[in-house]
Amino acid sequence: MENASILDVSRLKKYFNTPQGIVRAVDDVSFSVHRGETLALVGESGSGKTTIGHVIMGLYAPDAGKVLYKGKYDLSIPIRRRPLELKKDIQIVFQDPGTSLNPKRMIKDIISLPLRVHKIDDGVKTYESVAKILDYVGLGTEYMFKYPHELGGGEKQLVAIARALAARPSFMILDESTSALDVSSQAKVLKTLIRIQKELSMTYLLITHDLGVVRNISSRVMIMYLGKIYEEAPTERFFSSPLHPYTKMLLSSVPTLSEEDERIKPQGVESVGEIPSAVNPPTGCRFHTRCPFAKPICSQRDPPDFILREGHIVRCWLYE
Amino acid sequence: MKVLNGVCMNLRKGQRIGIIGESGSGKTTLLKSILRILPPNGKIVSGKIVYDGKDITNFSEKELSRIRRREIGIIFQDPMAALNPVFKVRDQLYDILRYKLMEEGVKPTSQMLGEYSLELLSDVRLPDPERVLNSYPFQLSGGMRQRVMIAMALVSANKLLLADEPTTNLDVTIQDQILKLIHRLVVEKNLSTILVSHALGMVNRMTDEVYVLYAGDIAEHAPTSEIMKNPLHPYTQLLISSTPRLSSVGVGEGIRGKLPDYREPPQGCRFAPRCPYAMDKCFTVKPRVIRQNNDHHVACHLYE
Repeated sequence: MENASILDVSRLKKYFNTPQGIVRAVDDVSFSVHRGETLALVGESGSGKTTIGHVIMGLYAPDAGKVLYKGKYDLSIPIRRRPLELKKDIQIVFQDPGTSLNPKRMIKDIISLPLRVHKIDDGVKTYESVAKILDYVGLGTEYMFKYPHELGGGEKQLVAIARALAARPSFMILDESTSALDVSSQAKVLKTLIRIQKELSMTYLLITHDLGVVRNISSRVMIMYLGKIYEEAPTERFFSSPLHPYTKMLLSSVPTLSEEDERIKPQGVESVGEIPSAVNPPTGCRFHTRCPFAKPICSQRDPPDFILREGHIVRCWLYE
Repeated sequence: MKVLNGVCMNLRKGQRIGIIGESGSGKTTLLKSILRILPPNGKIVSGKIVYDGKDITNFSEKELSRIRRREIGIIFQDPMAALNPVFKVRDQLYDILRYKLMEEGVKPTSQMLGEYSLELLSDVRLPDPERVLNSYPFQLSGGMRQRVMIAMALVSANKLLLADEPTTNLDVTIQDQILKLIHRLVVEKNLSTILVSHALGMVNRMTDEVYVLYAGDIAEHAPTSEIMKNPLHPYTQLLISSTPRLSSVGVGEGIRGKLPDYREPPQGCRFAPRCPYAMDKCFTVKPRVIRQNNDHHVACHLYE
């Protein structure tokens, strides 16, 4: 079942009407997520990465394109009209556990809600199931009777993960799930996520801007800029030979800790300019306004996929 | 709550130091103590702050205000805390620019102020500076507000720049540009800087010397490159090993437990309850600072 896809997104578009004009948040995007992998969707603000996550969750209806889950479920259906078994199968962990956990509920109630909604019955009492789940994510049973405000950021995020796991999903969206945490808590959460994936063959879509996290948890990387995917590669290859000028700019902007990390950063692509507004995105390749290698064609025509070896895809006229 | 527990730091002219530690370790409290802008329930119980040869610990609010306006620039983590929500960016920028020009003996004209502020806003890479000037802070995105605040801080920073997580809301390519800009100004004006952050990569890039703060104690301090290569204190070692790298896979285990309750901080070494190498002594005796090679100072019983 290696490489069998669990999610297929094709020609997805999602636009928003705003007083300033139409924001093309996601503009003709296609990709697949393979079973058991961690696909990292990387981009800066306004890239549309979170919008994609929300479309998959059914929080936004796509304006065009197809989103197919497990070959049979149409994800253009909003969440409230989805069958219960589909809702159960796709879970999300948000960035800020401070706002995604109900402050008035004890942890035991937060985690038992999905058990009740999805009628998950292990033949034991609900609270025994809750204790098992808490234990599984590395929090002790003593957390059952605490409120979210009594926990630290990392612990709250582990509760959010436990709540997602309680529904027994096969696919989880991690939307900047470790971005708000200290490095120490982040390390614990990452370790837990990696263990969960190994033990439960979980599939993750990791939405993030943090390339260090990407390197450590994902198996494949996609780079988004202003609503489009510009590069896609297996993680190892992505870091050893990034191709798109934007990818290079991103990598070379990361402040690093060691000389080994410094050496991996591409040379000669200094960060310049500002991310343009998604209301009037540049014509042709949307990155051409900041690209040091832009040619006349870049401002005229949107580059197609150039498929290189080992699943490395780049959308850039330099690789024509 | 006893937050800071006998902190000693020395900042030379033009030197750039970084303070690192988890959230809640006292980094911001330290910065606020230096500026004397602690909340009403916060008090400096003992110790002194000597700035530019003068003990400013007992300076009046008026004297402090002069120093803050003319010599020290501050970049806070939360721009909404630094910007006034009921005035347009224009009014707030003009205000400090007018003050600055008058100090320099120039009579500010509105044309001068306009040009100066547009230049400042383009310096911090704000697109459409005209629109930004005419906006209220709430009409701007988090990243834009942060840049407005950085622009304002750079106006008043003539001797010292204090930055508390200055780029947390910014995208990485924009952060890169802002860090370059800050670096350029620091070199041009020979500013001394204190950068407070939990982002070790940024501290590595922007500072010459690092202080590691744990629960109000300085655990370790050394030149930046030395501490990143050869951390001595177990706390620093764990912080560094927990940071994800670009060049290799494998993050550390993180640090077990959490920061102590400041109402009753542990006796001895405050890190002992979380330290994988803690010995009996660590729970009773506060470690003294030991000087190692390469100007490396560490407060840990393992090195006695």
